[in-house]
Amino acid sequence: MRELMASYYMQGHQAECNAWITSGAPVELLYAMDIYPIYPENHGALIGATKLGSYYSDFSERNGFSRDLCSYARCDIGCVFAGTSPIGGLPKPTFLFACNNICNTVVKWYEVLSRIFKVPLFILDTPFIRKELKESHLRYVEEQLYDFIKFAERITGRELEDQKLKEVIARSVEGVGLYAHCLQSARNKPSPMNCFDAFVNMAPIVCLRGTDHAIQFYVGLKKELDDRIKQGISAVDNEEIRLLWDNIPVWYRLRWLGEFFENRNACLVADTYTNAWTGFGELKGNDILSSMAEVYTLSYLNIGMDRTAEIINHLIELYDVDGVVMHSNRSCKPYSFGQYEIQKKLSVPSVIIEADMVDERVFSEAQVVTRLEAFLEML
Amino acid sequence: MISAGIDIGSITAKCVILQGDKILAYSILRVKPNLEESAREIFEKTLELAGLSKEEVDSIVATGYGRGRVDFANKKITEISCHAIGSHFLIPDVGTVIDIGGQDSKVIAVENGKVLDFVMNDKCAAGTGRFIEVMANALGLKIEQIGELALRATERLKISSTCTVFAESEVVSYLSAGKKVEEIIAGVCDAIAGRLIAMASRVGIRREVVLTGGVAKNLGVRRAIEEKIGFGVKVPPEPQIVGALGAAVLGSG
Repeated sequence: MRELMASYYMQGHQAECNAWITSGAPVELLYAMDIYPIYPENHGALIGATKLGSYYSDFSERNGFSRDLCSYARCDIGCVFAGTSPIGGLPKPTFLFACNNICNTVVKWYEVLSRIFKVPLFILDTPFIRKELKESHLRYVEEQLYDFIKFAERITGRELEDQKLKEVIARSVEGVGLYAHCLQSARNKPSPMNCFDAFVNMAPIVCLRGTDHAIQFYVGLKKELDDRIKQGISAVDNEEIRLLWDNIPVWYRLRWLGEFFENRNACLVADTYTNAWTGFGELKGNDILSSMAEVYTLSYLNIGMDRTAEIINHLIELYDVDGVVMHSNRSCKPYSFGQYEIQKKLSVPSVIIEADMVDERVFSEAQVVTRLEAFLEML
Repeated sequence: MISAGIDIGSITAKCVILQGDKILAYSILRVKPNLEESAREIFEKTLELAGLSKEEVDSIVATGYGRGRVDFANKKITEISCHAIGSHFLIPDVGTVIDIGGQDSKVIAVENGKVLDFVMNDKCAAGTGRFIEVMANALGLKIEQIGELALRATERLKISSTCTVFAESEVVSYLSAGKKVEEIIAGVCDAIAGRLIAMASRVGIRREVVLTGGVAKNLGVRRAIEEKIGFGVKVPPEPQIVGALGAAVLGSG
C-alpha cells in the first residue's frame, strides 16, 4: 500500500501533464487521455494522518483564509504557500478539474488554485438532487462532460479515443467491484477488518480507479481478507458490539480511535465514507457519458437527507450493526449537515462526536471519550 | 454492602457513601489541579463523616471527567449512566434528566434507570455552570445570590446565549446603560434555560424531568426551564451529588 501510493505520487511528478482533481470527479476521463490525476484531498488526508494539519493550515490562515474553511482546502493551499508538504508538495498542475458533487467549497478552492498557478480550471457542475433525478439534470451534466473533453483535448493536444475510454471504464468497474467485495467481507461475524483498515486502504480506489494498479491491489486485499475469514482472524479480538462510522475519518486519531474501540470489544465494521465509492461501480460500458452523468450526479453527498438516511439504514442492515458513531466534522459541512435529523430516521441508536478530519486543534479528547463511553454503556 | 461513588467534575468533586438504600454520608469539594489528590481528599473526608475506614467500603466507582484519574476505584463509569441511575434511585419515575454541570450540560432520556439517549453541549461554556459564574463575577455577585435575585425581576432582559465571552460584554453594557441587576440576572437564567431546552428537544422531553448538577440549585434557572416546558420539574434535595450517588448505586451491585 505504502509503496503503491509512494509510486503514485512519484509518477505524478514525472507525468508530462497532470490535472488536480476532486475526489468525486470522473477520473476515468483523465486516465483515458493519459492525464495524470493528482488528488489534493488525498494529500490533505495524508497531512492529517501525519498530524501536521494545523502546521500547514497556518500558512493559509496567515494569508487570510478563515479557520472555518475546510481543513483539506486550508492544508492544500497552505502547502502551496509553504512550497512543500510531508511528501515535498504536489507537482504543479497542467489544469484543474473540480466537480461540485461533494461540496461547493471545491469551486472556490480550485478558483484560488487557478489564480495561484495561473492554469485553466474546469468546473463540472452537478445539480443537487434533493429528491428525484430528472432528465434535464442528466442532460445538463452530460453536456458538460462533452465540454470537458473538448477542454482537455485543447489543453493537452490529445484526442480522447472511445476504445481507450471503454477500457478504462471496464477497469474502473472491475476495481470498484473488488473494492466493494473487500468492504463487504466485514459482514462476516466477527469481522476480519474494521473501518480503520478501510480508511487506510481506500487511496487506490480514489486515486487509481480505472487502472490495473487498483485492480491488483484489491485482488490482493480480497485474498488477504478471505484468508482471514477462513482462519477466523478478526479485527477486534472479542467482537461484542458492531458499529458503523459516519463521515470522513479523524485522520490524526485513527490509531487512538481504533484502540479505544478495540479495548472495549467494539468493532466499527463499516462506514459511510469508504462505502460511497462503491456507487461508481454502476458505470455502464455503453453510452458512457450519459451513465457517467448519472453515477457522478448521484454521489453520496449530492443527494437529499431522506435518501442519505435510507442508504445508512441499508448499511446498518447489510453489516448488521448495533449502533452508529457520527463524526460531526467541522470541515465538511455537506457531510455533517443534518446529522441530528438523520439520527432520528435511523433504525439503531447513534451518537455524535464533534471533531475535524485534519485540524487536530478541534479535537477534545475528554469530551469525545465521555460521549463514546456513555454510548457503549447505553448499548 | 457499603459502596462509594466518587464524581470528579470540572469544578467540584463529590463523594457519596451508600449502604443498601441509605446514604451514610456525602461531601462536595472544589477540585484542585491535581485530580488524584482531589479524589483521595474527598473520599477520606466522606469516610470521616460516615465514621468508616477505607477497609469497610466494599466497592468504589468513579465517574465524571476525572474518573480515569481515580486510581483506587474498582470501576469507572461515565457520568451519563451515573446521572440516570442516581436520578432513578431518588425519583423512580424520572423520564428526563437535565444535568447542568460546571463545564458541560447534558440531557438524558431515561427509562427505569436505563439510558435511552443523551445529548451534551460541545466546546462551549454557554449553558453551563461556568456561564453563571462568569456573569455573577461581572455583576459582582456571589453565585448563591443569583437565583433569588432573578426571581425578584419583573422584567427580563435578552442575553445572547451563543457565547459566554460575548454574553459577558452584553451584561457589562446593560450595567452601563443603568439596567437593574435582577433584570439582567433573569436574562442570564433565561439564556441558559433556552439553550438547555433546545438540547433537550433533540432527545425529547418526557416526564418526570429531574434537574441535577450544581446549577439545579439556582431558582432562576429552574423557573425559566419550567416556564419553557410548561410543567414543574423535580430537584433532588442535593442535586450536585446525583452522579456520585449513581456511581455508588452501580457499585452496590
